[in-house]
Parts: sequence; C-alpha cells; structure tokens
Amino acid sequence: MRKCSLTALDSIFETIAKSAVLYLPVDTEENKSEYKMWEKGAKWSDRLNTNKSPKDFFFPQVEDLMKFKVTGKNIELTDIRKAAEDFVVFGVRACDVKSFDVLDRVFLTTPTDSYYASRREHGVIISVACTRPTETCFCQTFGIDATEPQGDIMVWKTESELFWKAVTEKGEKIMSLIESMTEQCTEEAVEAQKAKTKAIMKKLPLANLKADAFGAGKTDEFFNAPEWAELSQSCLGCGTCTFVCPTCQCYDIKDFNTGNGVVRFRCWDSCMYSDFTKMSAGQPRLTQVERFRQRFMHKLVYYPENNEGMFGCVGCGRCLAKCPISMNIVKVMKAIGGKAE
Amino acid sequence: MQKITRNALVEKAVAMLNDGAVSRVLGWRAGEFGYDITPSVFTEAKDIEENFVWNDFCGANFSKYLVAQTRKGEGKILVFLKPCDTYSFNQLLTEHRFDREKVYVVGIPCEGMVDIAKVKKLCGDGISAIECGEDSLAVTTIYEDAPIAVSTKDVLAERCLSCKSKKHVAYDELLGEEGEVLDSNRFDEVEKLEKMTADERFEFWQSQLSKCIRCNACRDICPACTCEKCVFDNPNSGAENKAPATSFEEKMFHIIRAFHVAGRCTDCGECSRVCPQDIPLHLLNRKFIKDIDAFYGDYQAGEEVGSRAPLVNYTKEDLEPSEVFERGDGANA
Repeated sequence: MRKCSLTALDSIFETIAKSAVLYLPVDTEENKSEYKMWEKGAKWSDRLNTNKSPKDFFFPQVEDLMKFKVTGKNIELTDIRKAAEDFVVFGVRACDVKSFDVLDRVFLTTPTDSYYASRREHGVIISVACTRPTETCFCQTFGIDATEPQGDIMVWKTESELFWKAVTEKGEKIMSLIESMTEQCTEEAVEAQKAKTKAIMKKLPLANLKADAFGAGKTDEFFNAPEWAELSQSCLGCGTCTFVCPTCQCYDIKDFNTGNGVVRFRCWDSCMYSDFTKMSAGQPRLTQVERFRQRFMHKLVYYPENNEGMFGCVGCGRCLAKCPISMNIVKVMKAIGGKAE
Repeated sequence: MQKITRNALVEKAVAMLNDGAVSRVLGWRAGEFGYDITPSVFTEAKDIEENFVWNDFCGANFSKYLVAQTRKGEGKILVFLKPCDTYSFNQLLTEHRFDREKVYVVGIPCEGMVDIAKVKKLCGDGISAIECGEDSLAVTTIYEDAPIAVSTKDVLAERCLSCKSKKHVAYDELLGEEGEVLDSNRFDEVEKLEKMTADERFEFWQSQLSKCIRCNACRDICPACTCEKCVFDNPNSGAENKAPATSFEEKMFHIIRAFHVAGRCTDCGECSRVCPQDIPLHLLNRKFIKDIDAFYGDYQAGEEVGSRAPLVNYTKEDLEPSEVFERGDGANA
C-alpha cells in the first residue's frame, strides 16, 4: 500500500492524464456531482454518488454501430468500430464498481459485445472507498463492502491523505506512473478508516434490508403477487430509474436516415416505456403494472436466475433519490418480500 | 408547516370512504425517510389512518392522475388539491380529459412545499427522518446526535417562492381558509434570460439541455401532456426517439414540448421538480406565458374551465405576426 497527501492529488491527476484520458467526479452548480474529463484545475468531488452512474464509460447512452449507403441495388456497409482509447476513471464507488460485474455478464458472454468489450479492455477503474454513506445507500443488502471498493486500484481517503492499493495488473501500471508521488506505508490508517465507515453503515436507515427472499427460482412466488398493482399505480412510466441505474442494460437499435445514407445506432431503452421491445404484434407488456414488475423482477429474480444468484441491483440508491414519485426497489422489496428485520 | 392539519384531511377522507360518497382517495403515502412521499390511491380507512401523509413534502400535483383514475373503478374518487393543482385540474377539464362527475375535489390550503435538495445542502447526507414544525423542520441525520433545525422559508422550493396563487379555482369543498391570487415575481428569471444576447441565451440553453437524459419525466409528470400517444413514443410518427441522436434533437424535444403546451401550461412547475438532471425547464414555459401576456393581454391557463386560450382564439385586436417578429432582437436572430 502507498499513500500521498490530498494536496498531491492535482499533480497525480496530471501525471495520470498524460498517459490516458482521465475522468473524475466534479461538483455541479446544483450541489451534486458529475463525471467530467480531467483538465488542469479540475477538482475531484468527494460527494457520494454522481448524478448519472459511470456505466456511460462502457455502455454510452447513444452509440453509432455501423453505417450503410445504398446506391441502386448496392448496399455498402461501413464498419466504424475503432479500438477505444485508453482511459482512467477515478472516484468510482464500490456499488458502481460492482455494477460493471453485472454489465460484464451481459455484454461479455458469447456472443461478446465488441463495442463494450473494447472499452472494458481499455478502461482502468480507480475506486474510492466510501466515508460518508447516505440514507439511500443499501449496497450491504447485496453483499457489497463499501470499504473494499475493488476495481483496478482501490483508494481510501482520510482527513488529509489518500491510500492507494493496486488490485490488478492494469492498476499496477498506473501505480508505477505515480510511484515518485506516493510513499510506501502500512495499512493501519486504512483499517481505522474502514472501521469508522463500517460503524456508520450499521446506522443507515436501510442497514437491515435483506434480499434473502429474492433470487433464482422465485418467479412463481412473486410474479402474480397482488402488491404489483398498488406499487405501480402512480408510476409515471418515465425512464428516470432505468437511466440513472448503473446496472440497467437494455437498449434499442435504430437506423437514422442522414439523407445521405443510414447510421445504425443503439441507445438505452427503458422497460418502463410503452414501446419497449415493441414487435410487429405490439409490446408484450400491455400495462404499466407489467412493465413495472419487469424492472424489479429482472433485478431481483431473473438476473440471479441466469447468473449464479448474483443480483442485478447494487444498492447505489440513485433511483431512490431520483424517482419523481419516490417509488423504488426498496419499497418494492419491503412490500413483497424482503422486509427489514 | 401547513396550516391545515393531516388529521383534518384524514378525517375527511375516512368519513367520505365510510359513508360511500367516494370509493377511493388520491393522497400521499409515507416513505422511508420522511420526504420520499408517493402519490397513492387509498381504498381503506385503516390504510389512510396509518399511511396517509400531509406535510411540507407533498408537492406532487394529482390533477393528471385523474385522467387514468376516472376511467377505472366504481364510484367517485376524492382528490386533495392545493391551489396551484386546481389550475391544472381546470385546464384538464377545459380539454375534456376526464369526467368531472367522477371526482370529488377537496381544496386544501398550501403554505409552500419544501425542496429536499435544499435541505440536503444545509443538513448534508444521511437524513433518516424529518419532522415538519411550525416554521421550521427538524432534520434527523445519522451523522448528528440531535436533529438539525432548518427554517422552512430557507428550503422552500423555487416554484413556491414565486407562488402565483393561494386561491383555489376549483373545488367541491374547501378545508381551511381560502387565499388570494398573488403578485408573484415568477417572470424575474425569464427577464434575466431576455436581457442576454442571443448568443448568451443559446449558450445557456445549450448547456442546460445537453444535460438531458431523455427519461421523459418532465413530459410524463406534466398535466398539460396528456396525449394518448406522444409523437416521441410513436414509431410511426417519424419523430420518435429514445435518445438524442444529434445535439439538435436534444434541444428539439424540449422546444417542441414547450410549444405544444404553450397557452395550456398553468406553470405548476412539476417539470423542473422531477428533472433528475436539474434542468430549469419551467423557464421555457414561463417565457411563453410572459409573451402571451404581453401580446394578447394577461391570461392564466386553468383559471376558468372552458376559457379560450389566446393562441387558439382569434380576435381582431390580435397583433400581426410581423410585430411579434420585430420585437427585441428577434429580427436579428
């Protein structure tokens, strides 16, 4: 483990940014934070959660896939894929790091999504352990340790210092770049910091929320639960929860007529939308009750069913903070099964 | 602190449910942390007594829910409407969006609603409970031993700071005292934008609208947006898009929406309240309201049921399009 003073952070960022594009959370005018590309003078925001999750780095909201040009009876297809450039994301929280595992299982299983895979390969994640979790946090429910945030490098913050520990080979490479700016140290201060955060985690309002009632094989138990109707009755059918969610991975593929050819692109889709998975026969989920149920069943039952019990939610709490009607996965879990102790 | 008490609302709702005057009650349901309240249809007195909430976080405007709710279930639905909600209610009636006979409106006074983002700015993270007092909030957080006292006026939502009316324009019954239409400063922010040069204004909206994630929350909460099928959701419309494919489309969505609700928007402010990206969308609508007032005389959508909005009502006094074009720097834009 190595450490540096918080004041050394700017020069560390500068060094990292020379080797790859560096992104980090910065404050917004509205007292929140958002990932931005680092430039001289940019200040890292230590706020808990960014407005949008970092899934954009690997699975952007809109992405061009290929181009077509039709001349007479001839269709010319252009593969516009390029290897992603090397990039580093600093400041990712444990919940969001875990969300990459959730996405990997979708995009990296055969047939591999080459667009996503290229970004995964070229991206380095520097995670930062949480020090001030908030009321909407419930990563513990899914077995995530906010004090061991994983990624390629883990960073812990104390009052005046940052502690760095490489986890992967990619992380080692970045550590070697900043070796002269950090010094070897023991893990004592980090252990103390972790204990402090763990004590706070126990005091969180959602600390005792359990997901045990959910998981693989529970489709029959919950699919026809009478509670879905009431839970979904005031759902607006907007896509806020799905678009701020770090693990929602559904997308639509569309053709954009440029007037001079066609760009095939994909964009995030939302199971909350009336035209989600619309086919020639229509959309299979006719009412908002069914669409609403889909989102939560996917995270709590279907995803674990297909992924050795791993849940499709990481407890980041963005949907709790952002839903216009304050309906969310926690309320759903409490209402239909995962009651707090 | 709201002058009308929760108990008064609960008593009213329970009494009307019990004697069968209504079969359902549209109200606010308690959440996990004191501020995360969910609009809910209550059908049982016990549920109302236990879970109905009325406090400084009941900002949600229920009028639009009536479009769907009046189409289902037997009997009438009781709805609690704050003064600003009643304007949306009337506007929806003007547009024949639901059957008035199926609704029993209980008007309730409102002292303004609190913006939780402002509370968080003052009290920080980890809010586990909030008690609404006379003119302050007691905010319990996991980081402080004692609750933090916050003055309610310091955390009122922006839209409530420029409240246009404490008067209900529709109700079957009023609880508490009726208020007045207010002289509000709601156009101040619009004037600031008008004073900018065209380039500065473009820059302002460019930076705001580029934050949009096309979640459609503004559209879906909007009481003026009640099309059965929005063009943006209709694959046959040619305008459907789930994400902006270009930076032009990103602006187009909001500008088209603002045009579509022009003359019909009552300025309830729900669009800005729900935006997960903090875009001040209400400013687009207010610009239209201000211009309509200036060109055609003061007009408040939803003030009366059946009123003809200036944009759909021809009079000989209407100004010529060229006059509109020539104002300000419009001719140079």
